[in-house]
Amino acid sequence: MIALLIRDLRLAIRTGGGFGLGLAFFLIIAVLVPFGVGPDSAILGRIAPGILWVGALLSCLLSLDRIFALDFEDGSLDLLATAPIPLEGLVGVKAISHWLTTGLPLTLAAPVLGLLLSLPEEAYLWLIASLLIGTPALSFIGAFGASLTVGIKRGGLLLSLLVLPLYVPTLIFGAETIRRGAEGLSTTTPLIMLGAITLGTLAVLPFAAAAAIRVNLR
Amino acid sequence: MSFWEYANPKRFMALSSAALPWLTGLTALVLGVGLIWGFFFTPDDFRQGSTVKIIYIHVPSAFIAINAWLMMLVTSLVWLIRRHHVSVLAARAAAPIGLAMTAIGLITGAVWGQPMWGTWWEWDPRLTSFLILGLFYLGYIALWEAIDDADTAADLTSVLCIVGSVFAVLSRYAILFWNQGLHQGASLSMDREENVHDVFAYPLWTCIIGFVLLFITLVLLRTRTEIRARRVKALISRERMA
Repeated sequence: MIALLIRDLRLAIRTGGGFGLGLAFFLIIAVLVPFGVGPDSAILGRIAPGILWVGALLSCLLSLDRIFALDFEDGSLDLLATAPIPLEGLVGVKAISHWLTTGLPLTLAAPVLGLLLSLPEEAYLWLIASLLIGTPALSFIGAFGASLTVGIKRGGLLLSLLVLPLYVPTLIFGAETIRRGAEGLSTTTPLIMLGAITLGTLAVLPFAAAAAIRVNLR
Repeated sequence: MSFWEYANPKRFMALSSAALPWLTGLTALVLGVGLIWGFFFTPDDFRQGSTVKIIYIHVPSAFIAINAWLMMLVTSLVWLIRRHHVSVLAARAAAPIGLAMTAIGLITGAVWGQPMWGTWWEWDPRLTSFLILGLFYLGYIALWEAIDDADTAADLTSVLCIVGSVFAVLSRYAILFWNQGLHQGASLSMDREENVHDVFAYPLWTCIIGFVLLFITLVLLRTRTEIRARRVKALISRERMA
């Protein structure tokens, strides 16, 4: 499984495209929003938590169909499915490698972009914490969506439509954590809920995704 | 004699073709009585005037929109566990009806909300949850349409339906946490002392029963269509083979 993880990471970094694209997209959103909203730092500071979370979510969405599609096309997914590791584990590894190549860089880049959006000082800790806890859920939900649409040619639009409503709770609790942090309120509840979503998706969705992949490889 | 015998498409077709005319008539009767009673023989509300009468469409359609998904969840589970084709086709048949009911609920709500709250749309928990529910329906229907192989599509949509149900409930609580509401509480309930006044409640119950009948009729009709469509598909592919 570790070998598989290393292979996926290598592929993601060396083939280009997906890895940098998410980050670039995140940067573009954070740079463009002030042009659209106006340079008033009070307004920007107020909407920054939401923008950063929406930006992270959309950047994640961008690279979702790469989780399984490439392996499905060249047949390595069939090989991996017959390999001695369980398919559920494979899904988990795929989701983790997706998170390492999108969620983690996004989390690390977010404070810099928060600076651009004049996010209040108290919120930075919560920004990093909420993204660090919340983005794995995005990857796992995304892996589930990708497993449903893996057999479909150009399923990107369908994938976004399927995943969009599933992302709503994560987005709500993530952005709420930062907002409360910025206003100096207690962030315990949304942060715990966010953690619960991540752990729940991590525990359950690999099984659903593996079932979907089995159907797709039939 | 067991309930599962109707999982046989032939039995199902025979039963549903016998039941459909009666169901259609009953639906027309109950819905007609309920709507006419509601629209013409109930007083205007003290504050809301005649706009209150939209309740006879708004509440039943919202009720169906939620319960249609519940029905899809049950029939999807039946498909995954017992592999009855009729069951999953019923789920497929119910999805567009559920989407239509969601849309009707949202639109009538907007028409009602404009004079009452002074706004067409508000990010209220109930309204937002309904919008999300509509997205779930859209995704479910789109997945059905996107996959060619019937059994693959049935399996994948069933998995989506189950996961979606969990997330739909989760979204509901997340949205409640996110924003407090403008929408009033439940208008009807079995266990409360104070409900909508009886003058409104009786025609409303009639309308809800009418909508349930309408839903059952439409689902039967559409399931029959799906079964026929699949038979045609099988015939065509058999012809090609020969």
